[in-house]
Amino acid sequence: MEPLERYRPIIDDFEAFLAACERPLGNAVRVNTIKSSVERATAALEEEGAEYEQADWNPRVLRLETDSPGSTWTSFHGFTHGQEEVSAVPPVVLDPEPGERVWDCCAAPGGKATQLAALMDDRGTVVANDNNLGRISALRFNAERLGATSLAVTNDDARNYSLERFDFDEFDRTLVDAPCSCEGTIRKNPDALDNWSEGHISSVAGIQKGILRRAIQATREGGTVVYSTCTFAPEENEAVVQHALNREDCRVVDFDLGLEHSPGLTEWEDDSYDESLEQAARIYPHQNDTGGFFVAKLEVTA
Amino acid sequence: MADERADGASEGELEQNDGQQFGRLPETAAERTVEGRASREAVVDYFADRFGIPPETFDDYTFWEKGAGKIWIYGGDAPSPISIEAIGMTCLRTRQEHWKPTTDFVQRFGRHASDCVIDLEREEARRFAAGEDQDLEWWNGDWGYLIAAHEIAGEREPLGIGLYVHGELRSMVPKGRQRDL
Repeated sequence: MEPLERYRPIIDDFEAFLAACERPLGNAVRVNTIKSSVERATAALEEEGAEYEQADWNPRVLRLETDSPGSTWTSFHGFTHGQEEVSAVPPVVLDPEPGERVWDCCAAPGGKATQLAALMDDRGTVVANDNNLGRISALRFNAERLGATSLAVTNDDARNYSLERFDFDEFDRTLVDAPCSCEGTIRKNPDALDNWSEGHISSVAGIQKGILRRAIQATREGGTVVYSTCTFAPEENEAVVQHALNREDCRVVDFDLGLEHSPGLTEWEDDSYDESLEQAARIYPHQNDTGGFFVAKLEVTA
Repeated sequence: MADERADGASEGELEQNDGQQFGRLPETAAERTVEGRASREAVVDYFADRFGIPPETFDDYTFWEKGAGKIWIYGGDAPSPISIEAIGMTCLRTRQEHWKPTTDFVQRFGRHASDCVIDLEREEARRFAAGEDQDLEWWNGDWGYLIAAHEIAGEREPLGIGLYVHGELRSMVPKGRQRDL
């Protein structure tokens, strides 16, 4: 937990934050509406005696009282998919519509890409890209299990991604769920901080900046880009968005989020960020008893 | 012409299938440009003839081949051919005597089926999901590939693809999809 001390100045009730980080995370699943309504999935869970609690902010997210969420009939049928509650936030913020062209540039293992497809009623095109071929097999497995027919899976570096292979040249919306230092997954992976260093944060931030810039370039004017990470480090969050604001045609926009959260930062150590970054959301583990997350919504302006 | 075939193209004019890229299925056999490639019409007819799935179920989808005979169903935009990792989901294995639907396709579209669906009791469904073969002498329908289904939350729900021969239903659920429930 030592590395998290640096966030003491920015987190309200820091002791509650630390205590939450020490507690293991419960199981959550997302109802896959490509295959089942929420009503049918919950009826099926009740039929097999699985206890669940529906998330207030999203009726498709269920907290399951079981040690093996993968061994239920709802999971076998692809009615549900194991997905951390906060990990279901970015697709909801991106808010894609049926028929649109959407890019998920760091998509493996596919929880969010299939959630995007579901939000689009599996109609339209979700380009699910990942640079890691090994993780693409997990993405493909999940896409097929969940019955997502609108996914096109590619294996490339998002930073210099080419759309030449497709018969369209821009996306309506793009999700950048960036690779990160994963501090916010400490409740799920107790060793998440084992290799923590400022040097690692700095190198991963460089990659994040490259991906976010390419995402903005590949999205049409008036389109939406959502940037998210599962980490607290401002260097990987507000600073990355600030870099995009400086270099690309975009602005930060507000969004509604039914989960308790804190505003994005406008200052960190010696840096200051645009005031609009207050419209980003920092979700801390003690606020909703979840993992940690950062989400910012951008509009492409040219 | 001695080698004239029903589709009008002679063997020598057709390209060989390139297993590394996705090629969209031709509408009909007459429009075929790749040797041995199934047509969309043949695929849709197969699902209708074998399982009673209405052809209009697939109106908004395209079908693609990658590898030898592996057919994919896709709902999005893409030019043909295209070299990517996956396009929609695998649905059918062709280029063999008996075409074989995938378990994931059957789970996604099998609810539209009315024929060759074998309804299992809960314990039978459990064994099917675990990948076990089982004697089911009471089935008096067709042999061959069947959609195994059971009732969940008050409605029939397809489990996956099974092969029925000699009084036995063999689960074709792929290893990675098998579960002990």
